[in-house]
Amino acid sequence: MNPNRILFLLLVTWYSFAQQKDVASLNYEQLKPLLFQKSERVQVINFWATWCAPCIKELPYFEKLNQRDDVEVLLVSLDFPKHKQKRLLPFIEKYKIRSKVVHLDDANETFWINQISTKWSGALPATLIYNNNRRGFYEQSFTKEELYAEVNSYF
Amino acid sequence: MKIIFLNLSFLFLIILNDSVPGVAYQIGDVATDFSLPNVDGKMVSLSDFADAKGFIVIFTCNTCPYSVAYEERIIALDKKYSEEGYPVIAINPNDPAAIDGDELSDMKVRAEEKGFTFPYIQDVGQQIYPQYGATKTPHVFVLQKDGTDNIVRYIGAIDDSSRSPKEVKKRYVEQAVDALLAGKSPTTTKTKAIGCSIKTL
Repeated sequence: MNPNRILFLLLVTWYSFAQQKDVASLNYEQLKPLLFQKSERVQVINFWATWCAPCIKELPYFEKLNQRDDVEVLLVSLDFPKHKQKRLLPFIEKYKIRSKVVHLDDANETFWINQISTKWSGALPATLIYNNNRRGFYEQSFTKEELYAEVNSYF
Repeated sequence: MKIIFLNLSFLFLIILNDSVPGVAYQIGDVATDFSLPNVDGKMVSLSDFADAKGFIVIFTCNTCPYSVAYEERIIALDKKYSEEGYPVIAINPNDPAAIDGDELSDMKVRAEEKGFTFPYIQDVGQQIYPQYGATKTPHVFVLQKDGTDNIVRYIGAIDDSSRSPKEVKKRYVEQAVDALLAGKSPTTTKTKAIGCSIKTL
């Protein structure tokens, strides 16, 4: 293998790593389009935080779900803004999270919690599942079986 | 006529189910009293507070970062309002078997460390929080005494900035209690904030 090729591979590796680590901080208006996508795939939006133990427990189920071609998973972190660098990014790297992650940084909680679902009290974990025909909001923890059954009910 | 009535009641049930999971207090409901163990070893009931005009009931815990972020502000609320007749009553709804750090002994340590000036009681057997309809920590219910009843006047967040005390613009609980002390109804009666789900087995 010539040195140029090694350098190229290193660059690619570094780039994909940097990509994974780059988590956008969004306000609600910026997040909103991701909650109303027109897609053939079922959209699964999980609201979580690194400090939320039941969220961490169910995270692998969402990661597994994200491997399916007919499902798209988005993990919306509600970590405190001051913890994004110190906790959120290291967490994503340590557990090699493959699903798309964004960080919701918007102080107007009463407004956007009701916008996302009037059923949501604000407790974490919480999950939004939708496709072009149906939307469902779940303020609960899932077992793997429950999550798969719920997502499959959208097909 | 009977069919119409049945249809209407069915519709009503659907609406109820859609707005709240299970039964939860709405503004104007009578809140239940309780007898729960405090960090000082005594039992606490709302009826113990003969001179109170009402209560700031806060479901909170040791282990939720949002609860911890609000500890100083909860102490400040009690200091400001207990003498005016609205003491803070903090209730830990978590089942200690479901999470490390929320045993009564852990609560005692935290109350002493932080110098809690209010009761910090344990919802033993998780019997009380479901009746209130608390879903998370922290979750506030401002009650106003009416004879022997305690009427729910405000449900929601302490203020509009869980992240930073410096960025608070609206002090929801203070606005509600100030209104009640002035003989008025609170203008904002329901708010929402991110919190930790209540931990049960």
